[in-house]
Amino acid sequence: MALEFEQPIDELEARIRELREYAEEKGVDLSDEIELLENKLERLQKETFSNLSRWQRVQLARAPGRPTTLDVLENVFSDFVELHGDRAVADDPAIVAGLARFEGRSVVVAGHQKGRTTKENIHRNFGMPHPEGYRKAMRMMDLADRFGFPFISLIDTPGAYPGISAEERGQAWVIAQSIQRMGRLRVPALAVILGEGGSGGALAIGVGNRVLIMENAWYSVISPESCAAILWRDAAQAAEAAEALKLTARDLKELGVVDRIVPEPRGGAHRQPQAALAELRRAIAAELEPLLKLSPEELLRDRYRRFREMGAVAQS
Amino acid sequence: MALDRLFRRRRTRGGGRDVPELWLKCPACEAQIYKKDLEANLMVCPECGHHLRMSVEQRVAMLADEGSFEQTTGSVKPADPLSFSDTEPYAERLRRYQEKTGRSDAIYGGTCTIGGVPALLLVMDYAFAGGSMGSVVGEELARGAEQAAAQGRAFVTVAASGGARMQESVLSLMQMAKTTMALDRLWEKRLPYVSILTDPTTGGVTASFAALGDVILAEPGALIGFAGPRVIKQTIRQDLPEGFQRSEFLLQHGMLDQVVPRAELRQRLIQVLSLLHPEGAASGA
Repeated sequence: MALEFEQPIDELEARIRELREYAEEKGVDLSDEIELLENKLERLQKETFSNLSRWQRVQLARAPGRPTTLDVLENVFSDFVELHGDRAVADDPAIVAGLARFEGRSVVVAGHQKGRTTKENIHRNFGMPHPEGYRKAMRMMDLADRFGFPFISLIDTPGAYPGISAEERGQAWVIAQSIQRMGRLRVPALAVILGEGGSGGALAIGVGNRVLIMENAWYSVISPESCAAILWRDAAQAAEAAEALKLTARDLKELGVVDRIVPEPRGGAHRQPQAALAELRRAIAAELEPLLKLSPEELLRDRYRRFREMGAVAQS
Repeated sequence: MALDRLFRRRRTRGGGRDVPELWLKCPACEAQIYKKDLEANLMVCPECGHHLRMSVEQRVAMLADEGSFEQTTGSVKPADPLSFSDTEPYAERLRRYQEKTGRSDAIYGGTCTIGGVPALLLVMDYAFAGGSMGSVVGEELARGAEQAAAQGRAFVTVAASGGARMQESVLSLMQMAKTTMALDRLWEKRLPYVSILTDPTTGGVTASFAALGDVILAEPGALIGFAGPRVIKQTIRQDLPEGFQRSEFLLQHGMLDQVVPRAELRQRLIQVLSLLHPEGAASGA
């Protein structure tokens, strides 16, 4: 399941493994050969991962094995109690939400959930929520406000689901309402872009006092494929669209859209999920701490100022 | 091609350069309509009642009290923060739209009274980049809501937009949050926000400020939704039901307050504003 540009690395790793096994089995000393290959691997990894194109990062953000919202809930948080349903129509498995503990403190969490297997992916609609998912998220925001707990969102969606039933039940309306509801939180709000930040479906739970992003995640007004299909009239131009959209963590930091980049282990979070999650825990702790000292009014003002300043305009 | 050129030349010789523009074909019933008649009828087809797009100036003239309008938009113009280029550089596209419309970006509006109620009215211009929302449109909307709140005015928007502007990428996306949050300045002062949806209103504009009116009105037959019909069709690989994502469909599904024919829109707006705005609400005007 390696990504195309990862293949030479995976092949080299496999050869080193084989040599080691062979040496052990036959009791021969191949340490020189192994060391040679390990040096080569080191160089290859450095070369590949220090010059990733924007399109390669989009692929890393979608890599199988990358930590999902549930992985974060199980490893970065403790005592997770999942809460289901929007109290109106249904429970949307594309968003998971509930109560949890972060460093001893009660918090409310909601995030997009992709499947970790194909079967689960179908069940979770590939992380593309229906209106019910956003209504569930808004329920969580109510809960956070009611008890004065920080609200933490985990973003990983190609976008809100574009389908007939979603339109009938007001997809645009719930996204607008969710943006508004999150903007009105009287408690600290943190948003973390874990993998894919696909447009309005991501922003609906992205109105944080601080917004964090994993090093290889992306966030954009449209996916590179859809952008290419519209502007280039050819979805195959996605790599070019990804470059033009400036959708990587570093781009977003420069544009002032995110506050902190959470570093990933070399090769991406899917190669060493535990190390990536440990970094994420440190980053959440560091961003949450100063917010805990602010009053509800200060938090509201801080959040409005943060988003009010966004955009680039020139004076006429 | 050659034949085409021949016809054009003959027509020019016969009745002057403006001949083809004097008549318009209704896109719904294909009736040939004299353009002046169409304008006098607020760009509604006299034959079938189809609502054609109207210019933003005509829209303002139709909604605002005569002589009350003062433009506030236009003090900011678009930058090209990403140096975006697809098949054409964004900067070039902007120049083209600016020349075509005489506007710096896809929004026009200002202060006025509507039935005597002080208001701030902003109209999106579909003729400029499909009415798409980038930094300038977002900024004008946020300033508009803030100014309305500061001056005790009702806030009225007329949406016509394909959604967020791709060429400003994530900065366009952020305008959804910015415009939505700016509306809360009005909430704090109990000032009304009326959102009028016209053909078409989709994507990031529907999914932000436009969906959050205290009262939401729409023109008949307008395409309104989150995803465009083509995207939905590609996703589900099925034909879409008749009337899907049209105003009447959305009214039926509970997303709008009323579908109002253009000829009645100003009167309905006056009624709503005078009931909601503190001046009208207290005076019984």
